[in-house]
Amino acid sequence: MGPTLDFLTLLPYVSELLKGFTTTVILTVVTTLTGLSLAVAVAYLRVNAQPWVRWGLGGYVEVTRNTPFIVQLFFIFFGLPGLGIKIDAITAAFIAMTLNLAAYSAEILRAGISATAKGQLEAGRALGMTTLQSYRHVVLVPAFARVYPALISQSIIVMLGSAVVSQISVFDLTYAANFIQSRNFRSFEVYLLITLVYLLLAFGMRRSFMLVGKRVFAYQQGEQR
Amino acid sequence: MTLVYVDNVHKAFGDLKVLKGINLSVAQGEVVAIIGRSGSGKSTLLRCLNQLEKHDSGQITIADKQLDAASMSPKELSENVGMVFQSFNLFPHKTVGENVCLAPLVVRGEEKAEVEKVAREVLEKVGLSDKYGAYPAQLSGGQQQRVAIARALAMRPKVMLCDEVTSALDPELVGEVLRVLEALAAEGMTLILVTHEMSFARDVADRVVFMHQGRIHEEGAPSELFSNPQTPELKQFISAVL
Repeated sequence: MGPTLDFLTLLPYVSELLKGFTTTVILTVVTTLTGLSLAVAVAYLRVNAQPWVRWGLGGYVEVTRNTPFIVQLFFIFFGLPGLGIKIDAITAAFIAMTLNLAAYSAEILRAGISATAKGQLEAGRALGMTTLQSYRHVVLVPAFARVYPALISQSIIVMLGSAVVSQISVFDLTYAANFIQSRNFRSFEVYLLITLVYLLLAFGMRRSFMLVGKRVFAYQQGEQR
Repeated sequence: MTLVYVDNVHKAFGDLKVLKGINLSVAQGEVVAIIGRSGSGKSTLLRCLNQLEKHDSGQITIADKQLDAASMSPKELSENVGMVFQSFNLFPHKTVGENVCLAPLVVRGEEKAEVEKVAREVLEKVGLSDKYGAYPAQLSGGQQQRVAIARALAMRPKVMLCDEVTSALDPELVGEVLRVLEALAAEGMTLILVTHEMSFARDVADRVVFMHQGRIHEEGAPSELFSNPQTPELKQFISAVL
């Protein structure tokens, strides 16, 4: 007798699955917003701030982009208490994901900003705008538009990478799956299920991004490309 | 009344001396066309007049105020000097109306309703009042450049700088932009334009300035300058472009 699939064995754990799902969604939504906002600030400062600020931020970006996410997460959750900084697991997850997304996205955005025509900035200056005003009103939206597909992908990568936070006992979707299969030993069913959920989350995220982009970047529709 | 006064201005990019002692004064309401070969320093001079380039030495005053960071804020500068660029430089993500309104709102902090009224007026002036809600990408080059002129006008500058404003346009679109400039000149706006449109310089400018190797080589009324050039360099230039 071969193994049989029985998804009904997951039924008693619906509340765990829902709890994990909710945590993953909240983590993703919040860190996408905080991460991309931080990325804007980092990208701006890496071009316009004092040299020592630029170097400091450059160090942060390079360290983040060249070390494993799980190590960053462990460092924040297990390492920082050594310095007397104690953070609960969910907060550590928020911080690690935000910092991770911000570092990658800042580099992506920087490319978008430097591709913005110098003439746009000069027009802003000729109209009396400060550098900050020019960035806010002139540079930011076209820069985002230029690198938007890359930012979507990066945000999805961080959402998928959030599975790792189960390792510091954050009750996310992956934690729920681990928990369930340790009880009912139905690992195939539960991991197949959350695989599908992650897949749908990724699709849903891409779609939401596209919808937002369509509104914000509506100006491009008349453009010939 | 002298509006723009340039006194012995020098500017170098590294070892390359681009302006080697420029003296120029422009009266209120005057239209001055700057002509010359590329590399003669005419665009650099224009860009020094609104400090997109900082001059190394010498003085520039506009409306009797020194033009440097210490004595004139960017905001004040933008209320004195408007600029129109060769490549339009409209903000692609903003509508025509938003392009025109942005600086008065952000830089001057004016009332929105008032700014929008002014925007409609200046767009009317350049013949584009029906394009208020259009995006730059939906306009022709000539229309975009007219929007750029309207955008500069919305700050109510005392002098307008035009840097080869028709050079990026298809030939059939040049006329509509020049007509707008002509109308501005007729209204008494002070204009300083770097241009390759010799016929425009001849017909509209009060004075033509010929630059050569970083200096003002020859200047005078267009009728005189074009028909009776004094220096061999200007003679050669005129025969090359006409």
